[in-house]
Parts: sequence; C-alpha cells; structure tokens
Amino acid sequence: MSHNEKLLNDDCHNSRRGFLKKSVAATAIALAPNVIVKAAEDGLDEKAAGYFEKTNIKLTINDIDYSLSIEPRTTLLDLLREQLHLTGSKKGCDYGQCGACTVHVDGKRVLSCLSLAVMQEGKHITTIEGLAKGDDLHPMQQAFIDHDGFQCGYCTPGQIMSAVACVREGHANSPEEVRQYMSGNICRCGAYNNIVDAIIEVKRKGGTI
Amino acid sequence: MITFDYIRPATTKAAIDALKKESSAQFIAGGTNLVDLMKHGITAPQRLIDISRLPLNIIEQKGNMIRIGAMALNSTVAENALIQQQLPLLSQALQAGASPQLRNMATVGGNMMQRTRCAYFYDTTLPCNKREPGSGCSALQGYNRMHAIFGASDQCIAVHPSDMCVALAALDAVVVIADSKGERRLPFIDFHRLPGNSPHVDNNLAKGEMIVGIEVPLNNFVKHYRYTKIRDRQSYAFALVSVAAAIDIKENIISDIRLAMGGVGSQTVATNKS
Repeated sequence: MSHNEKLLNDDCHNSRRGFLKKSVAATAIALAPNVIVKAAEDGLDEKAAGYFEKTNIKLTINDIDYSLSIEPRTTLLDLLREQLHLTGSKKGCDYGQCGACTVHVDGKRVLSCLSLAVMQEGKHITTIEGLAKGDDLHPMQQAFIDHDGFQCGYCTPGQIMSAVACVREGHANSPEEVRQYMSGNICRCGAYNNIVDAIIEVKRKGGTI
Repeated sequence: MITFDYIRPATTKAAIDALKKESSAQFIAGGTNLVDLMKHGITAPQRLIDISRLPLNIIEQKGNMIRIGAMALNSTVAENALIQQQLPLLSQALQAGASPQLRNMATVGGNMMQRTRCAYFYDTTLPCNKREPGSGCSALQGYNRMHAIFGASDQCIAVHPSDMCVALAALDAVVVIADSKGERRLPFIDFHRLPGNSPHVDNNLAKGEMIVGIEVPLNNFVKHYRYTKIRDRQSYAFALVSVAAAIDIKENIISDIRLAMGGVGSQTVATNKS
C-alpha cells in the first residue's frame, strides 16, 4: 500500500466522524462567499478555498506523491509534522529565525514554518527523511557524524538540509563562506566549528551530492 | 493563525480584480513577513491572493534600463549574471539581507512591502501607532538603539529593514505599479513614506494597486561600489546602519556619485540629488 492509499484509507475509516466532516464541508461550500464560487466558475482562479473549508492539494514529498486535504492556513512544517508524521523537520522558533525547519522545495532550501502548504501545490519537497538511500546515509549526514557536528541534535536536520544546499549552490569554498551561507541555521549548543568542518569535507571530496 | 480564504489567480489582471473585491484581502508571494505577522496576530486578512506564480519574475535589459519583475526571488536577482555585471551594488545588498533560505522565498515586491522589525510593533501587549493608530509609541521611551535617526515623528520612530531598497534608492530605480486601469511609475525614493501623523501607512501604494516590477537605469557604477552593513553579528541580522555607495571615476576625477543609507528611517535616505 502506498503512503497515499494509506492516508486515503485512514481518512475513510472513522465513518461517523468522516460523515460529519463531509456534511459540514458540503454545507460550507453551499454557504461559501459568492465571490469565491464565482471566481472558480469564471475559471480566473487556478485555486480557490474558502476559509472554513479544506482544500485538496497534490505534491511530492521525498519522491512519494501525496494527495492531501488541508486548511489554507496550514504551514508546510505543520503538514509534514502533524499530518504526515515526518517529524525530522523541527519546529524551533516557528517565526523564520532559527532554520530548524529547513527543507528543499524544487531543489531550493526554504523555511517550511513560513511556507503555506497550499502554496506548494505540484512542487517537489525533500525533507531530512528523504536524504538517505535506504541504510546508506547521505554524505552530509555521515560527515556530521564523523565531525561531531551536533550536541543535542535539535537543529541538525535543518543544518544538514541547509548544508547540502550550501554545497550544491557553490557556496562552500572556504570556512568564511560556509559561515556566511549557513548563518540562517542557529545552533544553541554551539557546534558551529564542527558543522563547518563537516561541510568543507563534503565539498573537498567532491562528487554529486 | 486566524483562518482565511485562499485564491490563486491565473493572471495579473485577475489578481488585481480580486484585490478590489475584498477590502481586507492581501497579496502573498514569499510570505516570509506576512505569515510571520499573521501568526503574531498583527494582521489578519480575510483573503490571501497568491501572486507567487504570476509571470512577473523576468529579469531583462530593455533599452537603457534593466527591468526586474516583482516576483523575482531575492536569491535569483542576486545571482543573475546581468545583475552581477550591470548592477553589482544591488547584488551585494541582496546578499547582505536575511538568510539564504529567506532569500530563496522573498520576492522583490515583497521585500519592498515588508513591515518594520521594531520589536514593539511585534509585541501586541504594548502600544504601537504603526500597528494600532492612536495607541501610542512604546519605542520612544523604550529600547530604541536600532530606531530612526532621520525622518522620525513623535508618533513613530520605526525603520524600514530592507537592504535591497537601499541599493535601489542609490541606483535611481523606478517602481512600476499596476491597477485595473493601467500602469504608473514612481521614483523608488518616493515609494516609502515618512511616519508623520499616519505611521500605519508604510508606502504610497494606493488601494487596489500591485507592484509589478522595478526599472533601474544602466549606469557606470560597476567598478567602484560597496554595500556596507553594520550589525550586531556578521550575518543574518538587521542593520544598525547600512550604506550603499557608488562612484564613477573618469580620468582620475569622480564624475558621478551615489550614497544611500538604510536602517536609519522609514524610507531610505538618498543623497542622489545633492
């Protein structure tokens, strides 16, 4: 059973709750502000969702296709953690200041706590869970272990996602440059020197990461 | 976060029309400041109009100017070959702002529309004239070492936090603004407002208008330029003071010069005309 089928099945299981949800949703649509229904009918809008209804989106996370039902206010971080139980991405500050929630969207590193999930429709998300190939750790994960690039580990998933992007962007040519381009990831334990060493080593070894 | 309607219009015209229809609607693009403000309960739009996918992300040379679409990402602009060759000061200023993750999300238009980072604006338990007109200014007698040096009023001493805007003001940029009737152009230095008696109004964008792009005239500031930012740590902090400086030297004589200051007021202080 794919992740997707499992989620759909889970959704249909609790029938009384499911019935209530669906009937509330149907009522909500019937009562939706005219402008939204009108806009959708006009075909002017690619997407429209009323504030008391959930909307369906499709997106790809770690190479798995998902079709999900979400509220417009759900952040990508909350979708990952609360709905999909991908708890590797961490909620540090939830205000875009710490970098613990860093994921890749279409190959670019972004902060999932400030990204609305509904805006990610059709995009490819990679989280820390998607870096390793089976039991083989990603070179950056291995380098963090080899260089002791963490203490408590809370910031580590964000650090590693940011570090992979830092090398791919070509911004890992010197310790100074790494510090500059890793400045969006805060580590309260202060493992910075070892993190820089890990990134420089991955960069030095070369190859595709 | 208070919930809201979400629409994603397919065209710029549809987005502008949608803004007209709902008085509390707001555009969202990168969301790096707006989502933050919504989580804090500082703003609660009933409808978000997603403009991030509109075809407004082109960076191109048009005659003697460079046009940058409002939806171009801060990171894309900073690393764009044309910008690095022709407007290196802008590239340098963008790289000095925020973090790589935020630069990958934030757009040129959104950067201009971001609100102040005054801590009292974000603290909803304290008075703030910018957040709640008439409630008072907590920063006047508060912790205000990062606040305005120029152009403040007795109502508000908040500063605009952008780095990008400092370079654009120095480089005589023009803002291209659209509404349902057409386009207008506004000199960049006139885009942001001084607080005066209405500090809750950050800029001169009228109701129903959208920033669609920026135009920067080609210049000779490609060799001697520097964006300098003084801040509490070396990276990922807002400016205490920043300066965009550029000079054009011809036969050992300075033939043209630009200076603009950021982090010192609610608008960039530029000395281009003096």
